[in-house]
Order: sequence, then structure tokens, then C-alpha cells
Amino acid sequence: MALRNIIGKRIGNGIGLVGRRSLSTATCDVENRNSKSMNLYSAINQALHLALETDPRAFVFGEDVSFGGVFRCTTGLADRFGKARVFNTPLCEQGIVGFGIGLAAMGNRAIAEIQFADYIYPAFDQIVNEAAKFRYRSGNQFNCGGLTIRAPYGAVGHGGHYHSQSPEAFFCHVPGIKVVIPRSPRQAKGLLLSCIRDPNPVVFFEPKWLYRLAVEEVPEHDYMLPLSEAEVIRQGSDITLVGWGAQLTIMEQACIEAEKDGISCELIDLKTLMPWDKETVEASVRKTGRVLISHEAPVTGGFGAEISASIVERCFLRLEAPVARVCGLDTPFPLVFEPFYMPSKNKVLDAIKATVDY
Amino acid sequence: MALSYLRSSSSRSVNLLKPLSSSLPLRRPISTDTTPITVETSVPFTSHQCDAPSRSVETNPKELLTFFRDMALMRRMEIAADSLYKAKLIRGFCHLYDGQEAVAVGMEAAVTKKDCIITAYRDHCTFIGRGGTLLEVFAELMGRQAGCSKGKGGSMHFYKKDSNFYGGHGIVGAQVPLGCGLAFAQKYSKDETVTFALYGDGAANQGQLFEALNISALWDLPAILVCENNHYGMGTAEWRAAKSPAYYKRGDYVPGLKVDGMDALAVKQACKFAKEHALKNGPIILEMDTYRYHGHSMSDPGSTYRTRDEISGVRQERDPIERIRKLILSHDLATEKELKDIEKEVRKEVDDTITQAKESPMPEPSELFTNVYAKGLGVESFGADRKEVRATLP
Repeated sequence: MALRNIIGKRIGNGIGLVGRRSLSTATCDVENRNSKSMNLYSAINQALHLALETDPRAFVFGEDVSFGGVFRCTTGLADRFGKARVFNTPLCEQGIVGFGIGLAAMGNRAIAEIQFADYIYPAFDQIVNEAAKFRYRSGNQFNCGGLTIRAPYGAVGHGGHYHSQSPEAFFCHVPGIKVVIPRSPRQAKGLLLSCIRDPNPVVFFEPKWLYRLAVEEVPEHDYMLPLSEAEVIRQGSDITLVGWGAQLTIMEQACIEAEKDGISCELIDLKTLMPWDKETVEASVRKTGRVLISHEAPVTGGFGAEISASIVERCFLRLEAPVARVCGLDTPFPLVFEPFYMPSKNKVLDAIKATVDY
Repeated sequence: MALSYLRSSSSRSVNLLKPLSSSLPLRRPISTDTTPITVETSVPFTSHQCDAPSRSVETNPKELLTFFRDMALMRRMEIAADSLYKAKLIRGFCHLYDGQEAVAVGMEAAVTKKDCIITAYRDHCTFIGRGGTLLEVFAELMGRQAGCSKGKGGSMHFYKKDSNFYGGHGIVGAQVPLGCGLAFAQKYSKDETVTFALYGDGAANQGQLFEALNISALWDLPAILVCENNHYGMGTAEWRAAKSPAYYKRGDYVPGLKVDGMDALAVKQACKFAKEHALKNGPIILEMDTYRYHGHSMSDPGSTYRTRDEISGVRQERDPIERIRKLILSHDLATEKELKDIEKEVRKEVDDTITQAKESPMPEPSELFTNVYAKGLGVESFGADRKEVRATLP
């Protein structure tokens, strides 16, 4: 019954209804000198420009990157740094990543772009079996730490099965690589520069819905944000919410609504999923006693399951209610049914209330 | 009457030779005339590791008029889809096939509905060629129940089981090993059928294609790999993506044939030849030299990586519908007015179907959970955070 009511509302509002996502007003430990208002793809573009400028052995490659890429993240790079450093590859993801691993193994910074995260699977073997294990199996003689793989992920309103997937959980299951997901332009620039300069292979997922929609003041200088450090972007005392990427804006809207009902929510942006900042989340749960995790990927086996299990291990006696997970459904990412599939604000709000009233 | 012919195709010496006979109205009815006509293809075939088929193709008035009508229908359908997308009635991704119609139409003329065809995401016209109806196309594009995949697939996922059309695939190149698997099954069933696995010039660089090719050649599978080379893999020109853009030669030990993909009769001849070859000798690669007028998809204007002059040049010199039109007119199989009437009829058919498709409802919300697994293992989710699921066991 409840399902039908919510579905009715969704049909009324039409598909792709989440319009402007407002950005969190979290504090960020970056000085605000000379910042400019820009969107996500421009922030990423700036980060790439800086990366190539500061390191003469950095390369950017992928499908269609030289004219600027399908999302304009690589605009201007080919003109500025030349075709020897910014170039198109043929349509072969396995080849792109394998090639990137080799390039990185020779000490270069290889920034490979996979055009949509949905297409990363042909490269899965290279990432899991080659990139993640190179340092380990060679006894630290070789490594491909210079490799960074960038891929746009997540729902976009009308992407359907193959332009909306969130595959982060698959990569979080592989020791040896890092998985990083930014939530906003300012975060993206700092995190991407950290990933590129990190001496480990990193998979950097960019929320494609926010490429144009998210606009923020981004400092123009070169700055890096620390990896494996979660950020509390909203203080609260009744329940801890954990999320990443575009989903945080949805969760924040739910927090604001819950505030009206007197529920004080603490919102944490994980930022780095692998290795994730257990201490920050644990400290928050010890404060509130309740936790809710939300992500777009299907609930079964999603990264929320790992967070849930770890928190229960560490904070069992402190927990006042079961760990709640508000995630995508266990179906392939649908086309017309996207509004029902997505973990929307109302679903999160319902779960917040259910957890608090447990 | 004779004068009107001279005016419309005055440069053709063929018409000047027989003005009087062409004015007689006794050669109708055109739609059932099957007297054979032999036509030469525009360019000869280039072959690799095999003998090219002859340039002379046998056809008949009925076939040529069917080609014309089908291609005009496909062209109109794609242009209507363009408008529907811009009106936001079609959402998601939409990859249009206009310019490449000759491949779909020529292939159908050479095979039966028992042969399998599998292609990538530019599949609207291939679906029509396989016997799909316009209503199924437009309803599926708009995500309605009357669509061929019940509105759950969308533009990239058209399928038709009863005519062995295996779709409709979003991941580039993934359909080729699948197609070779179909051919494997066909070899077991010994029913003299083949599989055409279509892919583009972008997909030609995928590793899985070569894996599939090796296996097909090793086991002599009746698989025909058709590269629809429209010279641009999304925004990347073929010479920037491939060391060797001679895709018909890429098979190395597998024979190949290069075909003018804008000439429906050449496509028909090549597919016929390929089918015979595949049934006897195993896999063969066909490279269809074709062109798409639209960009890669509706979000691609198509002019950032190629000039408008190039597009209009191809449209003038090599358009597949114009070629058939000139052929029909030069052989006096129909008047220009009749052809224009066919186009008008087609246009009306498309418009009527769109109106009909708009009335079809969206799929039921419960359809979100159906067909994830085999029938009977349905899953329903409910509860405050949609976490509680109830599965009905078979």
C-alpha cells in the first residue's frame, strides 16, 4: 500500500524528477583564496590540468578524450599538453587498463578514463588480477601506483541499464586498490589530485548526475584532500547517516525534513570507500547509537553491507536499532522504473523514522 | 507521358532509347512482377582469402520496390524518432540508423527468418527488417507496454524471438561472442541456418571479437561477422582507432569481403554468398562500407568530428534510397509520382503509429521485479525502507 502511494507520487512528478540538487554547506579544510564558481566537470578538468602541469610524466587517455570527452572533463588538455600526453584509445577497456598498468609500472602517472562505469567490466580482470596484486606478488619490486582510473558512475535520470550503474562494491572487495568517490566540485578536485599522486592504483568514480548540476566555489590553486578520511558534513545526535557521491544530496534533504520532526541527524561522507575510515563512523555511532547507510547500488552485497557488518562488530552493545540500509533494489538498473528503483528522499526519511522509533 | 520521363531523367541514355515503350501502362501491376532483372553493383567486391562473388545481382521489380518501401519506412521512422526524442517522449539513449538502411534491407533479402541476426544498439531498422512492427518500435522507444520488450528495454534492447532476432545490446562488442554461440547451436541442430553477428568499426577493436573469431574458425561455425563500418566509432574516426581499417582483412585466417553498404543489392549478394560460404567452410567477415547521417546518438550533434560537407556529400552521392529510386526509374518500374506516393503513404503510416503508440500505457510498477530470474521466482519488495522482500517460489 505504502509502495503504491509513493509510486503514485512518482508518476505524477514524472521520470527524472530530481531537479536541482542543492549542495551541502559542509566545511572543508581548504583555504578559500581565489576561488571560482564552477561545476563538477570543470573542477575535474582543473585537477587534470594541474596534474599534467606538475608532473611531466603524467598521461591522460581513454575513449574520445582528446576533443574534451563526452562529459567535457578533458577539455583543453590535448591542446595544452599535446597529443603525446593526451590521446584517444580505441574502444577496448581491457586494453586501456592493461596499457595503463604497464605505463604506470614504468614510473609514469597513467590517468585512464573509462567512458561510463558500466563499461568497466571488460577491464575488471586487469584491475583485480593485475593492478591490485602487482606490488604484492613482486615483493615490492614493481608497482602500478601511478595508475588512476576515472569513470562516471551512477544514475542520471534516464540512463537505463548501461549508463547508470554503480559498481563501486565490486572494487571494494579487492585489496590492493583504492576506491574514491567525491560528492561535490571542491571535493572532486582535491580528491582527484590526491588519487593521482597517491602511490597506489585508484579507481575514482565521478557522479555523472552532478557534472553540470553541482556548482560550488572551488579554489583555483593546487590542493589535495586526504584519502581514507571520512568527513562529518552535518552534526547530529540521534542517528548517523553514511553515504557517498550524489546520494549525499538526497540524504541531506531527508535530514533537513527529519529535523522538522525533531530528529537530529549526523551525516557522514565516506569519500574513500576502500580503505574506509572506520574510526570516524564508529565514533559517530557511539554518539548516536543508530546508523543508516544509503547508496544507489543494489542493496544485496552493496558496500553498505560491509559498513553494516563492521559497525555491528565494533559497536554492538551501543546500537539501539538494527543498521538500516536504503539502497537500490535487487534488479538490473531499470529504464522506465528508475524513480521506483532509486533510494529516494522519502525512502530515506521513512527509514530514519523507523530506526529512531525502533 | 514519354515527355515526363525524358524530363525527369534526361541524362540517362537508357531512357532516351526507349521512350515509347515506357509510356505504355500495360506493365503494371508492379508489386507482384517477378521477372528477373540483372543489375551491376556500384563497385566490385574486394575479397580476402576467398573468391569474390560476381558483380551482377539478380533481382526483380517486386524486390526493388519492396527495398524502396522498406528503406523509406526505416528512414521516416528514424527521423520521427529524432523528433520524438527532442520532444522528450523518448528518453534515455537513442541511436539512429538513417543512412545505413541498405544493410538491414539487403541482408533480409538474402536470408530467412530462421537465420539468426544479432546486433548492437543501433537496432531499430534491423528489428523492422526482421518483421517487427512500427507500433512495437515506437512503443518500446517511449517505454510503453506495447513495445517489443514490454517497455523494459528501450531503444537499445529490441528483440524478436519468433524471427530469431537476438537484439539489441548496449555493451560494445559483447554481442559478437554471443552470436558465435548462436552459430554453435545452429551447427548442432543441422538445420542449414547461419548467424549474422553485426558490430561497428569501433567494436572491431574489442578483444572479445578476436576470441570469438578464433573459436568460430577452429570449430567451423556458420557464423558471419558483419562489420557495419560507418567510419566513426562514436566520435573517433576509424583511422584514429585502428591500425588497419581494412576490417574485412582483420580475420587473417578467416576470409573476408568488402561490400558497398549503401547499395542494397551488393549487400544482398554478399550476404547470400556469405551464407553459402559459412555453411560449407565456417566463418567469414563482411565489411559493409556504410555511413550514418545522424551523430552517434541523439546527444551527439555529429558535426564536431566530421564536416557538414562530408555528410551532405555522402547524402548526395551514395544515399541508399536514392540509388534504388534511380534504379527503379531507369528500369521504368514505377513513375516518380508513384514513388512519391509510397513515401507519403509511409509517412502517414509512421504518424498514425506514433499516435497509436502514445496511447499505450507505461508498464505496471510491479513489472520492475518481474523477469529478474526465471518465471515464478518473482520478488516483491515492501516496507518502510523497501528492504523486506517476499519471493514467491515456483
